[in-house]
Amino acid sequence: MRHLTEIRWHGRGGQGAKTAALLLADVAFQAGKHVQGFPEYGPERMGAPITAYDRISDSEIRVHSNIYEPDFVAVVDDTLLHSVNVTAGLKKDGAILINTQKSAVEILPLLNGYEGKVYLINAYEVSMAALGKYFPNTPMLAAMVKISEVMEIYEFLREMETSLQHKFARKPEVLDGNLKALKLALEQVVCVK
Amino acid sequence: MAIKTRMSGNEAVAHAIKQINPDVMPAFPITPSTEIPQFVASMIANGEIDTEFIPVESEHSAMSATMGASAAGARAITATSSCGLALMWEVLYVAASSRLPIVMALVNRGLTGPLNINAEHSDSMGARDSGWIQIYAENNQEVYDNFLQAHRIAEHKDVHLPVMICQDGFITSHAVENITLWEDEPIKKFVGEYEPEHYLLKEDESMAVGPYAVSNYCMEAKKAQAEAMVRAKQVILDVAKEFEEVTGQKYGFFEEYKLEDAEYAVVAIGSVCGTAKDAVDKLRAEGVKAGLLKVRVFRPFPGEEMAKALKHCKAIAIMDRSESYSGNGGPLGAELTSALYHEKVTAEVVNVMYGLSGRDVRVNDMEEVFGWLAEMAEGKRTFSQYPYLGLREA
Repeated sequence: MRHLTEIRWHGRGGQGAKTAALLLADVAFQAGKHVQGFPEYGPERMGAPITAYDRISDSEIRVHSNIYEPDFVAVVDDTLLHSVNVTAGLKKDGAILINTQKSAVEILPLLNGYEGKVYLINAYEVSMAALGKYFPNTPMLAAMVKISEVMEIYEFLREMETSLQHKFARKPEVLDGNLKALKLALEQVVCVK
Repeated sequence: MAIKTRMSGNEAVAHAIKQINPDVMPAFPITPSTEIPQFVASMIANGEIDTEFIPVESEHSAMSATMGASAAGARAITATSSCGLALMWEVLYVAASSRLPIVMALVNRGLTGPLNINAEHSDSMGARDSGWIQIYAENNQEVYDNFLQAHRIAEHKDVHLPVMICQDGFITSHAVENITLWEDEPIKKFVGEYEPEHYLLKEDESMAVGPYAVSNYCMEAKKAQAEAMVRAKQVILDVAKEFEEVTGQKYGFFEEYKLEDAEYAVVAIGSVCGTAKDAVDKLRAEGVKAGLLKVRVFRPFPGEEMAKALKHCKAIAIMDRSESYSGNGGPLGAELTSALYHEKVTAEVVNVMYGLSGRDVRVNDMEEVFGWLAEMAEGKRTFSQYPYLGLREA
């Protein structure tokens, strides 16, 4: 495990990239880490590209700047690959995680020759199978925890169950669906390079 | 007992408000402070506090209603940002000169224009001469702790002045970070109940708040107000000491980070100080004697104390996140340079403009500033004007 892990999220307004970043900070805190989860604010609106960040560390985090050389990047919407340089500054020994229904053959040429690992997940399929609705952030969160190794998987699932139980106390069916989405995502995320 | 958790700067202020349970909070929403009245309204709806929330139609009305509540004898607070503070302008002066111990959560955001919503100190710095005490924070922990101390300072019989508790918009207000919260009971005991001596709703005592004063008396009132601001210095230190006894957290006018033997010092306000500390540590590891003075209290201005703490330095960079358009630098630059002159500090000094409209500042940006200082000390660099850090080249 790295001393400090820095993660950058790319999404479109309304898709939950900011929520995923804050959830990751939250669950990493539960696992005993020092955390920083923050969105980059601008004139955002539904559908516009947005960026959010996570710092997860074993010691106090004092720096207050955006992340330019992330260890990991998560792309919640693959249409961003055409308009945003998502691999900018991404470390070679890190990885990029992309939510897509497309194949590796279609996605890899869009990554500006990024030399590190590439992971794909079909969060649409996972979310529809588990929840019957499209909420990409839960599967993306699970997949990011798995590839970044910021905490143990059993720890992640335990903490998520506790916080989801609290959040959906009156909606047990949503709780089960979310837990299913997390587990499916952990199984289905694939390394294609 | 302390509670270790994580939350944003806005949530931290809301938690402080929950523990204080003030009597009245009039507020009008404006980014990035909107969440604060939103959280408070939820806490009231959930029955967690019994504060009277007054939704108003503008910030001018928000400050007017806060003033009215405070004059009536209530513990009154509000929250705002940027143009919201600007719309309060007229009433800010009335609140301070009426000696009302109001506490405001200010989430710093630049004044327009160009229109922008991000962190800058032009809102509070514009109000620096309005007679409000101003206390700034580096992170969510500090803004929480500062807010808990604010009423004690404002309501002290030697002070009777409003207090602005400032934090950087989005950078700390919307970032979720680790924080230590204090147990309700010792905090409620520390903050105490508000027992005003004179107030409008007091039976058997007639008084007027904010009447006309003729020239023969007006100047004396202003001098009395200025003296209260000077007396606030000791009260701020006393309250901080008591807060330390309750929580273990140390606060003063400013924080000295590796400054004692520093040859090159940066002076700054707010969230950039965390970034500057990382730069100091990196440079120290390379043998460079770098240090930081983080300003916590800007009003009253601890100029003499800061100048003494910086006296041994070879070169000093004073960082401003607010343009004065004076052609002569920013407010911290101008005031601290003046204080350094009075203290006969002979260090090379440069005023640096940074972070306007949320322009990001990285650790290597701060290393660059320290690099300038080393060159200035060796006579290899001079600035004809105050430089802008990280300015886009034409």
